[in-house]
Amino acid sequence: MSRRRWSQAGPPIVAVLLLLIVWQLAVLMFEVEKWMLPSPIDIVTEAIHSAPSLLKHTWATLELTLIGFGCGAAVGLVVAMLLHPIPLVKRAIYPLIILSQNVPTIALLPLLMIWFGFGLMPKIVVITLVCFFPITIALMDGLMQTDRTMLHYMRMAGATRAQLFWKLELPHAMPALFSGLKIAATYSVMSAIVAEWLGTDKGIGYYMVLQKAAFRTDRMFVAIAIVVLMSITMFSIVQAIERRVVHWQAARSHQRNK
Amino acid sequence: MQQWLDDVSTKLNKSATGDTVDTFTGKVHETREDCLLQVQGVSVSFADAKERVHVLDDVTLSVDRGQFVTIIGPSGSGKSTLFHLIGGLLRPTSGDIVINGTSVVGQTGHVSYMPQQPALFPWRTIEDNVILAQELAGHSKKMLRQEARQWLANVGLAGYERAYPHMLSGGMQQRAAFLRALLSPHELMLLDEPFSALDALTRSEMQQWLLEQWERHRRSVLFVTHSIEEALLLSDTIYVLSNRPAHVLERVQVPFARPRQQALTLDPAFAALKQQIAGMLRQQ
Repeated sequence: MSRRRWSQAGPPIVAVLLLLIVWQLAVLMFEVEKWMLPSPIDIVTEAIHSAPSLLKHTWATLELTLIGFGCGAAVGLVVAMLLHPIPLVKRAIYPLIILSQNVPTIALLPLLMIWFGFGLMPKIVVITLVCFFPITIALMDGLMQTDRTMLHYMRMAGATRAQLFWKLELPHAMPALFSGLKIAATYSVMSAIVAEWLGTDKGIGYYMVLQKAAFRTDRMFVAIAIVVLMSITMFSIVQAIERRVVHWQAARSHQRNK
Repeated sequence: MQQWLDDVSTKLNKSATGDTVDTFTGKVHETREDCLLQVQGVSVSFADAKERVHVLDDVTLSVDRGQFVTIIGPSGSGKSTLFHLIGGLLRPTSGDIVINGTSVVGQTGHVSYMPQQPALFPWRTIEDNVILAQELAGHSKKMLRQEARQWLANVGLAGYERAYPHMLSGGMQQRAAFLRALLSPHELMLLDEPFSALDALTRSEMQQWLLEQWERHRRSVLFVTHSIEEALLLSDTIYVLSNRPAHVLERVQVPFARPRQQALTLDPAFAALKQQIAGMLRQQ
């Protein structure tokens, strides 16, 4: 088991390490100024140096991300489950859902701040708006793609509409739903950062704006590294839940790979 | 020998006309006590974008209680459509479908169905798959599971109660699917080419298995197959369908005594009947 995990995780880890080494050597060889491009060692040193304040900002962003993702996932699920049984309403609402994704976040945020003030609310609304979309689309598509034979079986056996949904359509759509959740998980971190660019006094997004103004390139890189790590963590958490919930799918693909 | 063959064929012709005539002429629902399913003069046509497709043309057939009835016909002759009609997923353009003396046109929940693919739910264990139909009827899961465990042992799936479908071979999955249909509270079982996806060896094994299971439980079965041999081995009555639009070409009464064995397929009388049905299908 652990050997298989190594053979899967090994190559990307080696690739990242190589990239960092090349980066470090290039900075040393060409004597690049620190404010232009700091070396990996510079960045790590800076991260350790300002760890206490970074931790505070990271925690604030994480909190915002989790609340936003939670709201987005809830809205995404509810919208898909409400629209699925009524094709007419679904057809009417579908273009609006796509439209909601065409409004640039940067334009939307000031508006939301006018309506909801400077607190947590406008930021959560933005993250929710970004996150619900992939979840709703994935779940609705998944519900539409229910296996025909199983559907016929259930209907001939006299299943009610509710039984059809809970016992067949929803479990059948689980793999699709998790694809949407994984996309939304990575989006949630990005949109939290963007939300923090405007009108706040904490969080990694706020930290980025601050360091940019001070030309602290090394701190910018620290912030980027934290964002990347947070995205990966969110993704991994959803993936871990997926493995437990959609256990049959994992076992199947495992069999296929053997 | 020759005389015996003639005997069989006259028997065939007699049964072909004898029983169907009254249903053709009769507008009255003649409901015999032992008659479970009656399909009466059912026609179906679908309106395609370009043209009307006539699928079934005045099909009349019946299944008696405890009888194994097979429908055989060329592929694409509308056998699955017929099952969807009986199952209530589709409505016939004309004609009536009667189960237990009441018309069930367009009503679901009157039959138990075993599809071509096992279609077991991959997120359910085998025992939870097998009890699905009863669960839909609102029985408690706990009690059903206990009953299911005994049944699984009966059909040779002991030890797989908590396994998931993907862990089972194709033949075992079909056994589970058959048990799911058998445990359903509905008396009539519709089996839609259940063995067509299996390899030849497994298939003949499964035929023998189904034969044993059926002879033990004697449920009313309507079975669809492409294989004449399978039909003759398993059934009491065979309806031969024509090409599209499908109508009943012949109603064949299978004369072989039960319990039957796979060795029956080597019997000359068996071969003769097989030839005869193959001839009917070839004329199409």
